[in-house]
Parts: sequence; C-alpha cells; structure tokens
Amino acid sequence: MAGGPGGGETIMVAQEPHAHAAPQGFIRKYIFSLDHKVIGLQYYFLALTAVFVGMFLSLLMRIHLVWPAAVLPLLGEIKPETYLTLVTMHGTIMVFFVLTTAPQGGFGNYFLPIQIGAPDMAFPVLNMLSFWTTFLAYLVMLAAFFVVGGAPLHGWTGYAPLSALQSAGPGEGLGADLWITSIAIFCIASLMGALNFITTTLDMRARGMSMMRMPLTCWSWFVTAILGLLAFGVLLSAGVLLLMDRNLGTSFYLPLGTINGQLTGHKGGSPLLWQHLFWFFGHPEVYIAILPGMGVASQVLSTFSRKPIFGYKAMVYAMLGIGLLGFMVWGHHMFMSGMSPYTAFAFSIMTMAIGVPSAIKTFNWLGTLWRGRIQFASPMLFAIGFVSLFVSGGLSGPFLAQPTLDIPLHDTAFVPAHFHLIMGVAAIFGIFAATYYWFPKMFGRMMNETLGRIHFFFTLIGTYCIFMPMHYLGLAGQPRRYSQLTELAYLHPLIPLNRFITYAAIVTVTAQLVFLYNLLCSMFKGPKASDNPWHATTLEWTTATPPPHDNFGGHTPVVYHGPYEYSVPGAPQDYVMQNDPATVAAH
Amino acid sequence: METFTPTIPAQAPSTFRGGRGDPPQVASGGDDGRSDAGPPDFGTRLRRARLALAVALTPIVMLFVSFTSAYIVRQGLPTLDANSNQLVRDWLPIPLPTQLFLLNTLVLLLSSVTLEFARRQLGRQAALAPVKGIPGVSLGTERRIPWLAVTITLGLMFLAGQWMAWQALADRGFFVATAPSSSFVYLMTGCHALHLFGGIMALLVAGAASVLHRSLDSRRIIVDVTTWYWHFMALLWIYILALLEFAH
Repeated sequence: MAGGPGGGETIMVAQEPHAHAAPQGFIRKYIFSLDHKVIGLQYYFLALTAVFVGMFLSLLMRIHLVWPAAVLPLLGEIKPETYLTLVTMHGTIMVFFVLTTAPQGGFGNYFLPIQIGAPDMAFPVLNMLSFWTTFLAYLVMLAAFFVVGGAPLHGWTGYAPLSALQSAGPGEGLGADLWITSIAIFCIASLMGALNFITTTLDMRARGMSMMRMPLTCWSWFVTAILGLLAFGVLLSAGVLLLMDRNLGTSFYLPLGTINGQLTGHKGGSPLLWQHLFWFFGHPEVYIAILPGMGVASQVLSTFSRKPIFGYKAMVYAMLGIGLLGFMVWGHHMFMSGMSPYTAFAFSIMTMAIGVPSAIKTFNWLGTLWRGRIQFASPMLFAIGFVSLFVSGGLSGPFLAQPTLDIPLHDTAFVPAHFHLIMGVAAIFGIFAATYYWFPKMFGRMMNETLGRIHFFFTLIGTYCIFMPMHYLGLAGQPRRYSQLTELAYLHPLIPLNRFITYAAIVTVTAQLVFLYNLLCSMFKGPKASDNPWHATTLEWTTATPPPHDNFGGHTPVVYHGPYEYSVPGAPQDYVMQNDPATVAAH
Repeated sequence: METFTPTIPAQAPSTFRGGRGDPPQVASGGDDGRSDAGPPDFGTRLRRARLALAVALTPIVMLFVSFTSAYIVRQGLPTLDANSNQLVRDWLPIPLPTQLFLLNTLVLLLSSVTLEFARRQLGRQAALAPVKGIPGVSLGTERRIPWLAVTITLGLMFLAGQWMAWQALADRGFFVATAPSSSFVYLMTGCHALHLFGGIMALLVAGAASVLHRSLDSRRIIVDVTTWYWHFMALLWIYILALLEFAH
C-alpha cells in the first residue's frame, strides 16, 4: 500500500472505526454510533414510538366514526377537518416511519451485515447520517401537528390540487409545507440507506457467501433497497414540484381554477401529473413495506419447521419478479382518473400478473410447512399469521385490479380493508415475527412465550375482526375518508358493524400493550439467551449474544452451506450451520 | 425422511446454493480482498466507493427521468382557457440563451478534462510515493499544475454562467412561474446546478485533505469517485440542454 504524505496508515485507521476497538463514550456508543447494530436499534425504537402515535390516531378515528359527538378528554370534539388530519398523519406515519423504517432500517441494518458475515455496513458514517436524517424527517413530520392550522388534510397520498394550494384548508398552510419537507428529507435518508444496503450486499459478503447462499432475509432487504433506490428519487422529484407550486407560484399540478370564488393565479398544470409521479413511487413502496416481511417469514418458517425453505431459488426469483412488476402497475391506483380503457387494461393485466410470484411464494411457504416438525414458538406464530394475512389481504387484490370492479369500490371502505390487511397488518406481523425471532440475539435475553402467545392470538383475531367486516362495509357502499357516517340514512344499518370494528380496534390496541410490556420487561429481566436458542443455521447465530462490536470477534466467518440446511440426513444434529466446515471435510 | 425436502447428501452440503455444487471453499463473490477483520485495503475501498457511486447515480437518473416525463407529458397536454372556455394548447416556447448555454457547456467539458488530469496526477503521485523515500533518488522537479484547483474554478465558472443564463431568461420576461415551460427550464437547470455544486463541495473536501496532509489514499478515492460523478454531470448537462433545445 502506498503511504501518502503524513502517514496514511493512522488516518485510515481513524476512517475505518468498525474494524477496530468499540467507541467508549456514551454519545459515540449510543447516540452518534457508527455501529450498524446500534443504528438498527435506533431505527427500531423510532418506529416503535411512531407505531404507537399512528395507532393512537387510528383509535381516535374509529371512536369518532361511531360516536361523532363524543368529547374526548384533552382533545375535545373531533371536527371534520381534524378527522382528515388524523387520516393523513396516521397513513403517513405508518407508511414511512413504521413500515419503511422498522423492517429495513431496523432489522435490515442490524442483521444484514451479520448474516452475510461482514463486520459492518459498507459506509458506517453514511449509515449514521441516514438514521439521523430519518429522525429529522420524523421530527419535522410531528411538528406539523403543532403549527398554526395543524397538520395537513390531503391524505398520505397528498393529491393535488388540495395539497398544492396554501389556502385549500386549515392544515394546508405551514402544516402541509412541513409534511412535504419531511417526506423529501425522508426520501434522501432512504436513498442513503439503500445505497449502503446495496453496496454492502454486493461487496461485503464473507468468503463462500455467494448470492445464492444468502438467507432470504438478505435477499428481501437487497430487493427492497433496489426498489427504494428507484422509487424514492421519483417521490423526491414529485415533492420538489409540489413545493414549487405551493411556494414559487409555478403550475405543475394546478390547472386554472378558483378557490372560494377567487382565481388561484395558477393555470395549465395537471393534477394527474402528481398522481402518476406519486404512484410510480407509491406502488413500489407497498413492496418496500412487505418484502422484508416475506424474507423474515421464510426464515422463521424454515427454522421452526426444521426444514429447508421449499424452493429457495423460486423464492428469490419471485421476489425479483414482484419487484420488477411493482414498477409497472402504478396506474391501477388511477382507474378513476379517466384513463384510456386500453391503458387501464394493460395496468390491470400487469397487476394480476403479480399474483403469480405472490402465489409462488405462498405455495413455497406452505410447502415448507408441509410435514415439517413444526414448533409453535411466538416467532413462528407470527410468521404463520403473516402468511394468513398475506393470502386473505392479497385475494381482494385481483378484485381491485379490474377497472370495472375498482371504479365502484375505489372510494369505499373496501380499499382500506384490502391494503390494511396486506401491507399494514401483514407487514406488521413480519415485524413482530422478526422481533420475537431476533430479540434473543439483539438483547441477550428471551421474551416471555406466554405473553407472546396472548399477544399473537389477540392481534390476529383482533385485526381480522377489524378488517374483514370492512370489506362488507365497502361492498355496502360505505365511503372512505368521510368523517361522519351516522347522518346518512343508507348507512344506518351498517352502524352496528362499525361499532363492532371499533370495539375490535380497542381490544387490538390494548393487546399491543402486552407486547410493549413483554418487550421492555424481557429486555432487562428475561432469562438469559444462549448464542443459538432456536437452533438456527444462519451466521448471526454463530456469534456471541449480543454480537461484539465487529460482529464476529476479530475474524470473518467462512461459509460452506446454504442458509436453510435443516434435517440434513447424516448430519450429527438436525441443522447444519452455514459456517460449519465439518461435513465438508469428507468432500 | 418422508417430506417434500429435497434430500441433501452429506458429501455435497452446498446443494442449496442453486445446484451446481461448486467447491464450497471457492468464494464466488464476497470480499476476497479483505484481510481477516483488518481495515480494508486501498483496492477494496476504491472498488466499494466506485460501486457506491454507480448505485448513487441511479436515483439521480430517476429524478431526471421523472422530470423529463413530466416535461414531455405537459407539452402535449391541452389546458382550459379561461376566456374562451375551450381546451387549448398553451405551451410557450422559451427563447433560451443558447449561446451562453453553449459557452457553459464548453466550460463544463473543459472542467471534466482537467479533473481527469487531476485524477491521473494523483495516481502518478501514489505510484511514485515509494520511490521518493529512497536516498539518492531524485525525481526531478516535476511541473505540477494544480488541476484540482483549476477544476473547482471552472466548476464555479459554470455555475456563474448558469446564473447569467437565468438572468438572461429573466430579462426576457421568463421567470420561474411565468409558464410551465419556463418552470421546467429553471427546474432542470437548477437541479443540475445543485448536483454540480455537490461535486464542487466534494472536490473542496479533497483539496482540504491535501492541505491538511490527510492520507493520499483517501484523497485518491474522493477524487476518483468525484471524477466519475463529474463526467456524469457533464453528460447529464448535455442531455438537459438537448432536451430543452430540441424538445419544445
């Protein structure tokens, strides 16, 4: 190595902290840490606070829908515009700061380097920046609640012209500016994260860890990162145009029109342009939320069935296929926009084509379970719950993929029912499965199984009770985004069902407190975990619990096996670790 | 065992790789260049940085792809005219300051060349570094043109030129919000300028690293990656200019 002037060696050491001693001070160790494990936990806890904020907002919505006149302590009566604020912030916080943040930023950051046998992410400083940028975006988003006019009303999809005019509503002033700014900052943070994930996956794998030996979790994080890389740049451009329309007087999204009887001063823009740009991001975003869940489900199902994952290669190609098709279907969110029937037909066909890789995955999960020696531990329960929700949420997809069915259903409760099951609850079940599965590795202690089971059954039954009836509400014509349903005569027969959903929501939210209690108590008081409590095969289980600063204690592992070698005939145990050279010796 | 499990012979435990059964010791990917848990060497760092750059250019491409598609779609879009209440095509062609833009293009291309020189200069410096310390060996007084500083100057000149182009547009009465066509001109040139400014910042960091006697390796990596980024920015500018000149 060519030494530069001034002693290059020492400086290089300073730039590669992950390869050296762990930082000592509290701030370097826990706050501005460069360690991917600490950053992963930071992401996870950010998402944990966000999910409780988002859940609280949804509870307020459910309460308002069935008791519109209720005066809530501290919050008072919920006005229609407040209801729209709740819709907007619930959706935005959940999609960006929970479903995008926890599975990828949280678990991906923590476990991708360990599972591929790397000491850290490729660019630790960028990784830290990525988290703190996300944190900044989160603060800016929350700030929208507290400014004059409150948070915006335009929904998480931010459709123009509502989102493009300062005077369009009480929250559309500063609140909407903060909302867009937050999303733009989040885009930049996600792009930094995706850059790190892709480089790490391609360039940091240990010896013998070929791409086709990576655990499916790593594949899912890799594909998710690629989707993020392609999608967030487009959302960023959409956001820049929106900010220009709002603050510089341009007319990208604003056609000629009046507001409160006065000309807006804009003309010549197209509100549909926003929809195209937004959904070009928005549909891949759905897969950004669910793909890591698929990876975790595969990992957990294989481990607790004591069987190799059925059709590893098919699983990889199905994920790539879903990622690819995900970029060609954005128009199915816009069947209502008056697009040409031929265009709608093309989008419809592409959308239904996604059913094929999805079905392959489902089939392979069931194939993995088939005649396995299934152990119903909490992570396994949530992984099975994931498959169940993925199927039942996915089946309403082909309904909505058809323009003729989508047009009557589009603005009804059917659509929230569909997407909450598949991208909301299924993805959350993926996060739960990952939490219960990796908790021993992350915190060195076991979670309580009984509480895990209680949490699982209440959450599974509770979420089904919330979202299954919602399909019927939609079919019966109950509109979405309406703040008051009790005043419309044709909706009166639906009130009992709505009330049932609200009760189910209260029970489900309460059950999450069991999870929170279990999580926090087990962190400090749970029984000590061994290095490999699940007898799993992937590299994170070969290292100490919790893993040392450089993941493997001064050496890099060498990989000899695929990721899911369970019940291998002739092997001494019912699993073969990925770095186990023993069975290779005879080779 | 009666399961759907494909049976795995114990002798070939790598079956799940995808069937070909390579000898497991052979890494078909992964990081071979890294010594065991030590800091990665220069080659690894350079490869990683270049890979990261290639990845990072993707969202930049996507950003301009979405601007382009919005631009093209907007051109063909009829809009409602308030007076006649009819759909009209209102795309207003912008009289671009073409000569100034061409001059700026020349400056930018020149800066791309000088930065390439800077990159090679650093490479030469690294190659000669081991020889420098040998007693009695003189490398002569090599004439060293500060290519990095030249590039930064040219980059700033380009930005100043773009600023003048915006002034020229404003003088002709076309501001950001005048018409969709003028909005797009400012948007695309502005976004490009912002990205190039990022490149200048990176070069300043490299320059500061040189002044502060940071390691030659780190400087080489920054300059190498920024050079590729800079070439990309030059290409992107030519694309934007062609789009604005020919597609209106």
